[in-house]
Amino acid sequence: MTTTPTERDPEERLRAGFDATIARHDRIEPRDWMPDAYRRTLVRQIAQHAHSEIIGMQPEGNWIGRAPSLRRKAILLAKVQDEAGHGLYLYSACETLGVSRAELTDLLLAGRQKYSSIFNYPTLSYADVGTIGWLVDGAAICNQVPLCRTSYGPYGRAMIRICKEESFHQRQGYELLMTMMRGTDAQRAMVQESVDRFWWPSLMMFGPPDAQSPNSARSMAWGVKRNSNDELRQKFVDMTVPQAEALGVTLPDPDLRWNEERGHHDFGEPDWEELAAVIAGNGPCNAQRLAHRRAAHEDGAWVREAATAFAERSAGAGAR
Amino acid sequence: MSGDRREWPLYEVFVRGKRGLNHVHVGSLHAPDDAMALRHARDVYTRRNEGVSIWVVRADAITASSPDEKDPLFAPNGDKVYRHPTFYEIPGDVPHM
Repeated sequence: MTTTPTERDPEERLRAGFDATIARHDRIEPRDWMPDAYRRTLVRQIAQHAHSEIIGMQPEGNWIGRAPSLRRKAILLAKVQDEAGHGLYLYSACETLGVSRAELTDLLLAGRQKYSSIFNYPTLSYADVGTIGWLVDGAAICNQVPLCRTSYGPYGRAMIRICKEESFHQRQGYELLMTMMRGTDAQRAMVQESVDRFWWPSLMMFGPPDAQSPNSARSMAWGVKRNSNDELRQKFVDMTVPQAEALGVTLPDPDLRWNEERGHHDFGEPDWEELAAVIAGNGPCNAQRLAHRRAAHEDGAWVREAATAFAERSAGAGAR
Repeated sequence: MSGDRREWPLYEVFVRGKRGLNHVHVGSLHAPDDAMALRHARDVYTRRNEGVSIWVVRADAITASSPDEKDPLFAPNGDKVYRHPTFYEIPGDVPHM
């Protein structure tokens, strides 16, 4: 007696359909069947990404009130507003996996979901606004461009919107730094000092080395991730070195040099213990970032309640 | 924590990129009512002239085909190849066809 596909275990049939979609490099959509582990991985990754955008508003928001000109202030406001928008695109994508917005907010505020380690570093000078645009958003772009082809449809579509907007973020940062480099010695020193502080944390944004990244292989097999951490880190270094030269700053790595044989730059090892400490909650600003986010959420409660009450009253009035 | 814990309903957002194009789904958002949903949609999805018109609709008002029924639902047109122009063989030297 032969077994036709319809007689097989329904879950096995669904899994075969899922595997075939992934193998075709086709997209998985919200109402498709997917393995629980795939759903959990996506929720974790997209939520972490969304939280990063939202927490990422803080380091730069710090300088809105002190931007040196109206032009710079308008740019910075637009940029920070974009970060909020990116967070919302990603929360919206994450919700298609069956988690609620309130749940995601609670998990962030309770410290049970992470955000990018980079936002736990302080912005000590105005030059940091430029450096974040150039290096941090530059690293984010390296990470995010391949994610436009990620296997989960809503995530990929959110990434396409985000990548279009990130290009403005990186360019405004680089232009800001170029302007400062044409200024006084003190301004040039400010840029160099800022780059010195942000270089290594930017390299850490790609995550631990491949050998220590346990979930990477599975995420690659599912097409959630398209490149390994080390590949992307190398790509970022290769892209950034000529930009640093054009800017006239030194990248603080004595081991950084062109390797003719590999066709890539060699570079030093980031301090992985520092990354582990920041992820574990012991970076310079972890407590401050979460406290600020909690306060903002609590301070906004009356607005949410008032809007709900107004909507209910209007609906009631319409029904009468 | 009275009203705070109740989540605003989910809206799906559709944007017409420019005149002459259809509205296209761009994502979703939460809002307390239709009017606020429109305003949020403008702020979240059209910060760079991405649209000339926005539709918002409560997600729970949408009826969708089930992915499980995909094959049976779309089967009736699967075997009607004669609905496509390429089904018909026309000699290559017949003009404007």
